[in-house]
Amino acid sequence: MSEISTTLPGSGPAKPLAFYDTAEHHPVNGTLLGFWVYLMSDCLVFACLFAAYGVLGREYAGGPTAQEVLELPAVAVNTTLLLLSSITYGFAVLAMQRNRQNPMLVWLVITGLLGAGFITLELREFAHLISIGAGPQRSAFLSSFFTLVGTHGLHVTCGLIWLVVLITQVLRKGLITANKRRLLCLSMFWHFLDVVWVGVFSFVYLMGVLP
Amino acid sequence: MLAQTDLAKLIFGRLTLDSLPLHEPIVVYTFVAVAIGGIALLGAITYFRLWGYLWREWFTSIDHKKIGIMYMILGFVMLLRGFSDAIMMRAQQAISFGDSHGYLPPEHYDQIFTAHGVIMIFFVAMPMVTGLMNFVMPLQIGARDVAFPFLNNFSFWMTVAGAMLVMASLFIGEFARTGWLAYPPLSDIVSSPDAGVDYYIWALQIAGVGTLLSGINLLVTIVKMRAPGMTMMKMPVFTWTALCTNVLIVAAFPVLTAVLALLALDRYAGTNFFTTELGGNAMMYVNLIWIWGHPEVYILILPAFGIFSEVTATFSRKPLFGYASMVYATVVITVLSYLVWLHHFFTMGSGASVNSFFGITTMIISIPTGAKIFNWLFTMYRGRVEFQLPMMWTVAFMVTFVIGGMTGVLLAVPPADFSLHNSLFLIAHFHNVIIGGVLFGLFAGITYWFPKAFGFRLDPFWGKCSFWLWVVGFYFAFMPLYVLGLMGVTRRLSHFDDPSLQIWFQIAAFGALLIALGIACNIIQFVVSFRNRDKLRDTTGDPWDGRTLEWSTSSPPPKYNFAFTPLVHDHDAWWMMKKHHYQRPIGGFVPIHMPLNTGAGIIMGGLSFVFGFAMIWYMWLLAAVSFIALLAVAIGHTFNYHRDYYLSSEEVTRTEASRTELLASHV
Amino acid sequence: MSAHDELHAHGGDHGHDEEDFGIHATLGGYATGFVLSVVLTVIPFWLVMGHVITKSSTAAVIILGLAAVQIVVHMIYFLHMNAKSEGGWNMLALVFTIVLVVITLSGSIWIMYHLNSNMMPSMMDPSNLP
Repeated sequence: MSEISTTLPGSGPAKPLAFYDTAEHHPVNGTLLGFWVYLMSDCLVFACLFAAYGVLGREYAGGPTAQEVLELPAVAVNTTLLLLSSITYGFAVLAMQRNRQNPMLVWLVITGLLGAGFITLELREFAHLISIGAGPQRSAFLSSFFTLVGTHGLHVTCGLIWLVVLITQVLRKGLITANKRRLLCLSMFWHFLDVVWVGVFSFVYLMGVLP
Repeated sequence: MLAQTDLAKLIFGRLTLDSLPLHEPIVVYTFVAVAIGGIALLGAITYFRLWGYLWREWFTSIDHKKIGIMYMILGFVMLLRGFSDAIMMRAQQAISFGDSHGYLPPEHYDQIFTAHGVIMIFFVAMPMVTGLMNFVMPLQIGARDVAFPFLNNFSFWMTVAGAMLVMASLFIGEFARTGWLAYPPLSDIVSSPDAGVDYYIWALQIAGVGTLLSGINLLVTIVKMRAPGMTMMKMPVFTWTALCTNVLIVAAFPVLTAVLALLALDRYAGTNFFTTELGGNAMMYVNLIWIWGHPEVYILILPAFGIFSEVTATFSRKPLFGYASMVYATVVITVLSYLVWLHHFFTMGSGASVNSFFGITTMIISIPTGAKIFNWLFTMYRGRVEFQLPMMWTVAFMVTFVIGGMTGVLLAVPPADFSLHNSLFLIAHFHNVIIGGVLFGLFAGITYWFPKAFGFRLDPFWGKCSFWLWVVGFYFAFMPLYVLGLMGVTRRLSHFDDPSLQIWFQIAAFGALLIALGIACNIIQFVVSFRNRDKLRDTTGDPWDGRTLEWSTSSPPPKYNFAFTPLVHDHDAWWMMKKHHYQRPIGGFVPIHMPLNTGAGIIMGGLSFVFGFAMIWYMWLLAAVSFIALLAVAIGHTFNYHRDYYLSSEEVTRTEASRTELLASHV
Repeated sequence: MSAHDELHAHGGDHGHDEEDFGIHATLGGYATGFVLSVVLTVIPFWLVMGHVITKSSTAAVIILGLAAVQIVVHMIYFLHMNAKSEGGWNMLALVFTIVLVVITLSGSIWIMYHLNSNMMPSMMDPSNLP
């Protein structure tokens, strides 16, 4: 494979030392690593929002408190939806590994519907809070609450748009390598949002309503 | 009538004719000059029919070398703008004593110091550092391009879009008057209702996207695309510092994005993160922004350290002393830089335990930096040191940076900081490390790698003129500020009452004048070198007798960098190849896999500029349209699967044969 | 020369067309992850909604602990994290990020708590505290 271009001087019958590779050299594709690094940086965006909530989350400014506005049953439903969407995306990846395009698309659509349900519920919660005068302007607690939860929701929305785009691309091009790589990136993104949600429901909702 | 105003509001937002600063003669003259210059430039490009060439070969290029060069040009242009701000401030402070109020009204002066800081950090130092990493690092690791070539082009145009927004603020509306980090409550909507802070926010957010993406890109490039045999501990030191810098970028810029987003929410949506009422806490902003801000300092200085390492080894004709310790020092700095941020606000009052923790971590971080200085000194020790221009910058750096580092350790002591905080002593300190460290490093790097990028050396005479003017000018400009700071003069003042201080400001202004001449010499150097390019031509590809792989290619390198992927056996790979009488391959070439140019990057950068501008002026309709367009172009680009091609082996053979001829003709 | 052998070992890495992404998802893995995360979600909800633990600080510690465990479960079973993927770089990036997240969160809360107790003692009224 490697051509001998020179020999070590004085090493007798030549220990060959190649300085270039005459075969075509394919560097390993870095997309999955790059996407993971992006997710890590996103993680730090959330770290700041969590820090803001941690510092400002008890600044009610005479307005509604966390116990008064946070409704755990709705959050439990939301958590269920997101968790289910995680496993359905998992099933889509399993189908993808076996190159079974149609079952994979079905699982992706189910994932998307669950995600859309999550967003709908979250928007309803936000609309309700704003209608009772507990909007993001009311206090630092509500500002940080809306921003943290809303940023997560925004990410889920982006995930949904991406999902639709990917479904279109798979329908057009099939399960080619590039599309598979994209599906795995979205998989990471989707599961990453689930991880963030674990932080949100524990740190914001469950700890928020503790007396 | 009412409907008409509504329509105007929908289209133009709060932008009216009154927003144009026609009442400020300085700005009007500047605008006229810039407009004439701009029209002349555009006219020249049209006259010489360069648009097609620029579009095909540069704007849409995904070649890391061209993108690197474009970053350097952006940085240099912005340096001229940032420096004009600096010399205006120096002039104002030198004359504004007692009854004289100088020539700048306070609200204009405040914009100038804010713009100076923002431009110098975000649009001079950052593009230049990114540009050098972009150009040099793939060549050093034996790669043909970066991991994500399109993303590289996109990142560059996002940085340009941010820079353009700052430039637009000069003539449309105004820039922030808040200082370069825009602390609330001064930067909130109550105290700064005008568009200045919004320019600041959107310029940094848009450029920040570019910086983050290029950080990810270069990081993955180093991890994934090193030539076979180049293990981590065989990487050139500049590549190591580039790796650590990009780790810092990826891990710090999201924090800036988040905190600026929160400030934007406070200003646009009426939330209460950093307000003075309803539970908001302005100190939280200061806390968060310095979690980004301190790593940022090391983002700038680490690549400079890498440049000095390469330059010192090359011009001492010795391998770098203590390679492993250099690497470990860099990694330790990378981690520690996240543990020192509070030293920027010791005075906010968080008490003894917090202040002493951060004071101690700050002092600890000077240890690895000191280790590096010793490594460079020991590299020079008993080497055959050749004082060419890059080496001169390096020696100037070592002297200057040590002074700046020591004043930094002084500031790390919380009780001392209580009297020096926000004084001119601090200003002198950070200019001492940023000019003496980052800027001298960039000049060393530019001089060092210029022949690689363009195929001819920079003229040494004008380079030396520039060097001496810069170094002497620096000491004249900033040593007086140490004195003034110790006397208790605070920063950001546009007028002084005590006439005894004036002489120090006049000395500082003289220093700034010397630096201005230094910059003029820089420009003359570029022009003279271009005119004498045939005399200064580098035909060997290795003008300095270098040690790392970039010197094994031709100057400038072919677009595929390496006809065959190099195999690496030790650090200083090219040095070792030369010692083993390496023979260039002259045949047997195979087609090379190359990425295709694309216009998506510049289009998305342009749309981001429009979006940012619309958000600044509350033009909601335009903002929505440009945002949707941005999204559409981004999604549309993902439908483009045809992103690469094969460069035929004939073309490679032709390119390599012409180099063989060139090498033979100039033995 | 050992470097030489290393080159050849590296040379063997490339050359296959069908890309292997280094991720081998299995039904068992997803099922285990799902069951574990359901359990780890239900427990804290039950603790809080059923008012099982009256002391807030104890409940908070338990909630955070369970959240940490659940995040690890997600990382392993859904995100397929292990020490070997991408040559260990994924894990290194993750560990570095976790360190920074902890520094950012705990540092900010520590600093701002001290600031408030020093500069605004009136706001540190016990009734305002968690």
